[in-house]
Amino acid sequence: MSDTTSATAELTLPKDLAAAKGMVNVQIDGVWHQFPRGTRMIEACRQTGTIVPHYCYHPKLSAPGNCRMCLVQMGMPPRPAPGQEPQRDEQGYEPIGWMPRPVIACANTVSENMGIRTQGELVEKCREGVMEFLLINHPLDCPICDQAGECRLQEQSVEHGRGVSRFVDMKVKKPKNVDIGPRIRLDDERCIMCSRCIRFMDEVAGDPVLGFTQRGTHTTLTVHPGRLLDSNYSLNTADICPVGALTSNDFRFQMRVWFLKETPTIDVNCGTGTNITVWTRGNRIHRITPRQNDEVNSCWMPDSHRLNFHYIDGESRITEPMKKEGGQHVVISWKEAFESAAAAIKAHPADQIAIIASGRMTNEELFLTRTLAAEIGTQRLSLVPRFAEPDALLIAADRNPNSTGAKLVLGLDDPFAALDGIREDVRSGRIKVLIALGEDLLSDAGFESSDLAGLDCLIQSHLLANPTAQAAHLVLPTAAFAEKRGSMVNLSGRLQRLNRAVEPPGQVRDDWEVLRDLILALSGERNEAHLIEDIFKAMASAIAPLADLSLSKIGHQGVPLLETGHQIPLLANERAAKAAGRING
Amino acid sequence: MAVVKLQRPKLNFGEKVYFGALIKGFFLTMTHAVKSLRGRSMGAKSLESSGLGVTMQFPEQRWDSHFPDYYRGAPALVTDEQGRERCVSCQLCEFICPPKAIRIKPGEIPSDDPWAKVEKRPAEFDIDMIRCIYCGMCEEVCPEQAIFLRKDYLITGLKRADMVHDKKKLYEIGGVRTGLVNKWNELK
Repeated sequence: MSDTTSATAELTLPKDLAAAKGMVNVQIDGVWHQFPRGTRMIEACRQTGTIVPHYCYHPKLSAPGNCRMCLVQMGMPPRPAPGQEPQRDEQGYEPIGWMPRPVIACANTVSENMGIRTQGELVEKCREGVMEFLLINHPLDCPICDQAGECRLQEQSVEHGRGVSRFVDMKVKKPKNVDIGPRIRLDDERCIMCSRCIRFMDEVAGDPVLGFTQRGTHTTLTVHPGRLLDSNYSLNTADICPVGALTSNDFRFQMRVWFLKETPTIDVNCGTGTNITVWTRGNRIHRITPRQNDEVNSCWMPDSHRLNFHYIDGESRITEPMKKEGGQHVVISWKEAFESAAAAIKAHPADQIAIIASGRMTNEELFLTRTLAAEIGTQRLSLVPRFAEPDALLIAADRNPNSTGAKLVLGLDDPFAALDGIREDVRSGRIKVLIALGEDLLSDAGFESSDLAGLDCLIQSHLLANPTAQAAHLVLPTAAFAEKRGSMVNLSGRLQRLNRAVEPPGQVRDDWEVLRDLILALSGERNEAHLIEDIFKAMASAIAPLADLSLSKIGHQGVPLLETGHQIPLLANERAAKAAGRING
Repeated sequence: MAVVKLQRPKLNFGEKVYFGALIKGFFLTMTHAVKSLRGRSMGAKSLESSGLGVTMQFPEQRWDSHFPDYYRGAPALVTDEQGRERCVSCQLCEFICPPKAIRIKPGEIPSDDPWAKVEKRPAEFDIDMIRCIYCGMCEEVCPEQAIFLRKDYLITGLKRADMVHDKKKLYEIGGVRTGLVNKWNELK
């Protein structure tokens, strides 16, 4: 009888229950939790909602444990003497013997019956001490430092610092305002030697050009002699820099971060569909940073995509609908624009009309384009292909952000197939009316200006003044990616959402509204679609994979929609690093 | 929050009929009237009053010399004894300004400037004096001792644009201020 009881007791011990699931029991600040074996202590604390302050640790990078900010108190059960049974409390946990010295939480993993204290006198004294050391040589640059407002050193010195410096000696002088690359500026005095940038360039970007020279308080971050920090991923180092040592040249002294509003949206420069945050003040975009999505871009984004937003409030933006009269473009009202477009389309038989749409359009816009083609009665509809060399990380060969969505929404296997035929027929004069939606035909679609001269009517919707708009009979100004809402499907088949960060300038209208009004001008029906949600609803009922979805259901992280088999190389690298135990996140 | 119940004062009959208080007030007014006719009203000398008593002939006569040290007039930017613009355009005043009167466009100090190590200064600094409420929070928040409320109070203009003080005007009002903490010297 007694044997059976003890056997049952053995089985219900917490350590055995956890081990059966591959987990371990850990006590964090007095509460027991279970975590998978191999979890770092700092990650375990994060999962329970306790953020351990840290600088050098980053979940996507290896943990060298050199900033010492994440010191916590750790304890393990005392080892029993030979033959002695371990003591257990009524819940079956062994008592924790707290160690008198702290350990770093970022590079140590949890183990069975471990205790972690993230509060208490020892831990707080440690944090205060580490902060004091870090601030010894840190300059009082906050008023001119671009990092101010999002600086970990500022935040943690408020939380854990002493308020007054006891340091009376001379601070160590180091190089300031160093030009280490085309997009990055280095200030060595601000550097706290966390080595995140060094590890990023080595482990993620695969271009290890950064490193430390000198020793002790003279340790200096430098770029390899004869090299520059010119990788297309260099600006990510400014993102992960916890202080203002690495700052972006593009954003340098533009705006203090506390003025900026963050809008989560997605990047439209290639088929990867990098998740981004657009930072705006008033109606002006000041910078774009990557937003974490472990299924798309992890925490990173390429510089070329990040900096490609200045055209949105640039000089060449078209802000009014225009019509060509006597060789000159004159500003007209939207009503006139739709009326003259409808008149030109109705004046020609359907086989003389073609539509060239864009892979940069959202699903909603493409759906309306399909409706427009059906309304006109033409089959001549194509997208413009945009392929270029991919890099081995995030930039896909397909620079159209929504080719996958176009295939799905238009129901075409190759949405670019009809382009050559349309070009031939425009050249030979069989097509008389060409509707170019968001594409510059002369620069990107292989058209010659002599081809366009033979058209009766060229309708161009675009956001920038371009050669095609110059040749167009009717110019309809449309919105940039940061000015509209909508959905796109990236190359790996993930449905993601664009959000509006700024209002479009002047008379500019959202693309879907322009398409809707054009369709209504042709059909003469009453408007039923007042919101983009209405378009999505109509699209969801027509296209099977989108059924049961809505724009709000997509959320900020997107939803997997299609199985395309496309692999994002950076994610493959990251998963390999995680499987090998080099990184945690 | 604790609630404190106040007892209304109990008035006697004389107080309830407020006629008495009326007469009291009348006599007080008449006392002042007679005093001012005799040129003996309070502050008559210090106001250099003219006519019958306490009237100061503004704008020919000014009260300026009586301003206390803490008087808050128009905000202005200052330079220090080395001729350096103290403002580094950190934009904290723009952030704190309750009526949003301040607009700053930051600029970079070119590398050939003697103060190139400060790196940053305002390219444009506008204070809309129609909006300004003279609260002094910009002065309080400034980490560089660059903006001070001066004793200027006569801010007038014929157009809205005249009422916006630009950087040049602000330095003109502010002038040079000595004895400030100089954190941008060599030793830092």
